[in-house]
Amino acid sequence: MNDVLDVALRLLALLLAFLVLPLVVGQTEHKVMAHMQGRLGPMYAGGFHGWAQLVADGVKFAQKEDVVPAGADRRIFQLAPAVALLPYLLVLVAIPVGPAEGAVGQVLDAGIFFVLAVMGVGVLGSLMAGWASANKFSLLGGLRTAAQLMAYELPMLLTAASVAMAAGTVSLPGILDAFEWWWVPWQIVGGAVFFTAGLAELQRPPFDAPIADSEIIFGAYTEYTGLRFALFLLAEYAGIVVLCGLTTVLFLGGWHGPSADGLGWLWTLLKTAVLAFVVIWLRVSYPRLREDQLQRFAWTCLIPLSLAQIALTGVVKVVIS
Amino acid sequence: MSHAVHLAATGHAFLSPTGVEIAFLLVGVATLGAAVVTVTTKQLVHAALWLVVALGGLAVEYLLLTAEFIAWVQVLIYVGSVVVLLLFGLMLTRAPIGRSPDADSGNRPAALAVAVAAAGALVWVVVDAFRTTWIELDKGVQGSTAVSGESLFRHWVLPFEALSVLLLAALVGAIVLSRRHGHDSGRAAGHATRGNGAQSPGAQGPDAQSPGHGKEKR
Repeated sequence: MNDVLDVALRLLALLLAFLVLPLVVGQTEHKVMAHMQGRLGPMYAGGFHGWAQLVADGVKFAQKEDVVPAGADRRIFQLAPAVALLPYLLVLVAIPVGPAEGAVGQVLDAGIFFVLAVMGVGVLGSLMAGWASANKFSLLGGLRTAAQLMAYELPMLLTAASVAMAAGTVSLPGILDAFEWWWVPWQIVGGAVFFTAGLAELQRPPFDAPIADSEIIFGAYTEYTGLRFALFLLAEYAGIVVLCGLTTVLFLGGWHGPSADGLGWLWTLLKTAVLAFVVIWLRVSYPRLREDQLQRFAWTCLIPLSLAQIALTGVVKVVIS
Repeated sequence: MSHAVHLAATGHAFLSPTGVEIAFLLVGVATLGAAVVTVTTKQLVHAALWLVVALGGLAVEYLLLTAEFIAWVQVLIYVGSVVVLLLFGLMLTRAPIGRSPDADSGNRPAALAVAVAAAGALVWVVVDAFRTTWIELDKGVQGSTAVSGESLFRHWVLPFEALSVLLLAALVGAIVLSRRHGHDSGRAAGHATRGNGAQSPGAQGPDAQSPGHGKEKR
């Protein structure tokens, strides 16, 4: 009975984090972007500095009509938002928040592989949406999504492998247990590559050519309305949370920090929040990369860098052991 | 991995299956069903998506056999990359919504014969090799990353390396083919169209392995 309660509590906490954190990131994006551009952002909803803007947006989305285009492939069109969103919920299960036994949803033996595999599945949702919409802009968006995923999955995997080599394990809590402070400078190139490739996999600016609104009208999501569109947006922000959490765990030492015994989870959240801020910052500061620039950047810059990082990791590992 | 499993099949009865065995069979049936739909459906993209179900079903089977690492790698490589590549290829060429009756090939009987022969050979080999091995699911995890890694890099290093040489040969072949194509059909056209994106994963991969070379080319 106790086990059942334990599992239920963990799932509830996960679901809560999954529902709240993306909204927090979204609201922060509203405000941070606004202030960086010399505006105020939403100010009315909820009273204090428009804190309830995203709740209001959710209510608005729920009221809208759910349209499926006549020429679309109905079932796949309707299934796509779920395929895009659910993997991020699953990934949250494996991310350790604190040093204690209970601070991770489920300890997985091959945590890194689980996380990267499931995140890759999420992109299938965009592909399904792009194809099933029967719209040429959506199809273009789907194509760009697929090309981008194939290019950026490799550097992500290679840099994650570098951390796994350093720690001698592929389990996420295991990596954090083995962490030392000097890993941060040692793995910093890999961390930057991982974060950048993750941004591209999430299709965040400056890597948002697949959904470029001024060019191909939001790509795969052109035909979506109402709740299903909101689910895609939620998937994007949940993806930001997951990516920042993963980068924190793999490269920034997760819950390690001063007085980490009691406040480890706070360190994880703080580092994740700083990274999420960087994600928003990049959106405001960089123009969108063109499609060929995207590919060139991945194949001629990120992959050599990640291979160099793996070589460095191997050399240092051999020297110190 | 056979060294890690117990040679004790004689003591096990097949008539009183455990929960895991029942789940294994059910998932197996679902996987087989998805695989059959994959090759019989008339809708091209649906076939690719049913392939996702079949490959995911296989991953679940690995999980039930405690081979967690293999399961996640299966999802990562097949669902995350191979199917995405397939969908990309379909969208790039032709992916009509609805049925495409002209997608049927006249080689159906030959394909069926090859498939049945391959399945028969595989089942025969696997049954012959592993008939007497038994995985004790209760006695700890036997397919964990550590166990898989150890058996892969201690006992099966030679096949592993042979496979990587095979893949390297395929990679080189892909580059040679795409290079020859690029020379006579005009490079500028190839650069401007989206076909460039399709070729770059195979065409530029090895360049990336030697960073200096990749930069020279640019």
